[in-house]
Amino acid sequence: MASTTAVGNRGGLAPAPDRPVIRRRSRFTFASVRSYAGIVLIVIFCLLPFYWMVVTAFRNVGYTFDTTPWPTHVTLDNFKTAFSTSLGNHFGRALINSAIIGICTTILAVLAGCFAAYAIARLNFRGKYLVLGVVLGASMFPGVALLTPLFQLFTNIHWIGSYQALIIPDISFALPLTVYTLTAFFAEMPWELEEAAVVDGCTPGQAFRKVILPLAAPGLFTTAILAFISSWNEFLLASELSNDKTQPVTVAIAQFTGSQPHQEPYTAVMAAGTIVTVPLVIMVLLLQRRIVAGLTAGGVKG
Amino acid sequence: MSVTSGVSADDQAEQQAQASPPERKQGSTLRKGEGRLGLYLVAPTIILLAVVIGYPVVKAIVMSFQKDPGLDKATGMFVSGGSAGFSNYTHWILQRCGTASCPPGTLGAEFWDSVGTTFFFTAATVIIEVLLGMWMALVMNRAFRGRALLRASVLVPWAIPTAITAKLWYFIFAYDGIANRVLHTHILWTGGEWASRFAIIIADVWKTTPFIALLILAGLQVIPADTYEAARVDGANSWQRFTMVTLPLVRPALMVAVLFRTLDALRIYDLPAILTGGGGGTGHSTTTLSILVVDQIRGGFNSAAALSTLTFLLIFLVAFIFVKFLGAHVVQTQQRQQKGTI
Repeated sequence: MASTTAVGNRGGLAPAPDRPVIRRRSRFTFASVRSYAGIVLIVIFCLLPFYWMVVTAFRNVGYTFDTTPWPTHVTLDNFKTAFSTSLGNHFGRALINSAIIGICTTILAVLAGCFAAYAIARLNFRGKYLVLGVVLGASMFPGVALLTPLFQLFTNIHWIGSYQALIIPDISFALPLTVYTLTAFFAEMPWELEEAAVVDGCTPGQAFRKVILPLAAPGLFTTAILAFISSWNEFLLASELSNDKTQPVTVAIAQFTGSQPHQEPYTAVMAAGTIVTVPLVIMVLLLQRRIVAGLTAGGVKG
Repeated sequence: MSVTSGVSADDQAEQQAQASPPERKQGSTLRKGEGRLGLYLVAPTIILLAVVIGYPVVKAIVMSFQKDPGLDKATGMFVSGGSAGFSNYTHWILQRCGTASCPPGTLGAEFWDSVGTTFFFTAATVIIEVLLGMWMALVMNRAFRGRALLRASVLVPWAIPTAITAKLWYFIFAYDGIANRVLHTHILWTGGEWASRFAIIIADVWKTTPFIALLILAGLQVIPADTYEAARVDGANSWQRFTMVTLPLVRPALMVAVLFRTLDALRIYDLPAILTGGGGGTGHSTTTLSILVVDQIRGGFNSAAALSTLTFLLIFLVAFIFVKFLGAHVVQTQQRQQKGTI
């Protein structure tokens, strides 16, 4: 599929076939040792704290501060504690809340975003660069500037504790991200596609619906994942605009309480963090090439 | 080659020409109704953005000129609101509470401190992350084996929610935690004035550097290999190749990465809020502007609205300076990267 290969080639770490391989080999020892040392350092830097979270999540609470670098005193108790509601934590409900908020935000953002991105990438119309500028400006917009007016508004109309009070602000960063990433995806598709569709008797609208959209499915999927992750990770707005019933996981984990006041339930928090993170990490590993392509195209942090 | 990003931002005519691909002839059947279709297609996005961003911004500005209901400190009378003029702004900028200066310990006295804290975090994290990210990107660009492993690992810190990252580092930096154990120190990482600042910077560097590296790498990969060949033939050593070939060619991508990162760092909230609660040292040594807004919300909407408008203006000003004076041409860079013509 045309778009797949195009996207794949733009993946941040796509192989560069035109590198002078032979020259490298002549300086094999020093250059490659340095390169491998660099790779090992980067991998350790990125994975070590995450590894420590997972190890601690499986460690008996009595050995919280054990410094053995490999898993010891393995137990699943921390996961039970994380899901237990007896201490006033509602981690299970928060997981569902995060999923609901993330899915609604993603659907709205991708739906509106794919139309706008198509228009910006493939059509000529007046005000195109103005729209692009607005989207770009919106993506850099500080969430905290929305907080005060939305907090007052949602308090007045009794929306605090409703899902829409969390979905609406999430649109403010998920939609610009979607438009931006999808514009890059659409711009990479071969220009002859609509030409051919029009020759076959399609209107521009039909060309978009019947030719471009199906071919852009991989790009749409990647963008949807980026939008979902950005919404799943949101904390600032959710911490003020949610209540106990609607709070997402990020807020729930930040407010985790232990059995004693002022005693942080570290292992349970690490277990909860593992539950929240591992699905994301697996998703990212499966789709790494596409996600890197989408990220560098959008250039916007999730 | 349109390498130097110094292309003036207002050559819109050239952009328009670039935007329409040369293969498409004027007056082809596709162009009919294209303009109207384009407007219809962007309409939902514009409407949504107007509702979720435009409306709150306008409302915040209106609110910022209203008085917060409460006791007037000067007269002791209850005030029910009304127009405040610029008093909400002078409250923050001049740190005036009523007619006197705000006493230490109140939120009003913390404005310039939190501006300083925010800019300190921004400068420290962006500089470290860009330098480290540049090195990472160079290593990744050279790597022949282990590309998949590298790419997978650099995505892990990015994928973890910042709130979880904060909790993870809160555990690492606990008094009995692994950081103090390994370093054989007894530092109050989440309590001390500078220790807590460094803890936040370290956590942010871990979380964001890989992302910066990916952005820079995308810029590195569009540099054709024969450019390096030519430099090598001309006798440039590896440092010269880096400063005279790599840096100028990667500059547009680098500037965009720095711009995005700077604006992101200026609104930093999750890490300091969770890691140190905005406290540390004297009680507010990690209070950033975003934290101050959140703290103020329950103490008066209109005053908080003035503060968040100030924050917004500050970030807007920084973005403006970047685009105007430092040549961070986001749109052009992205478009050229898409076309592979950087």
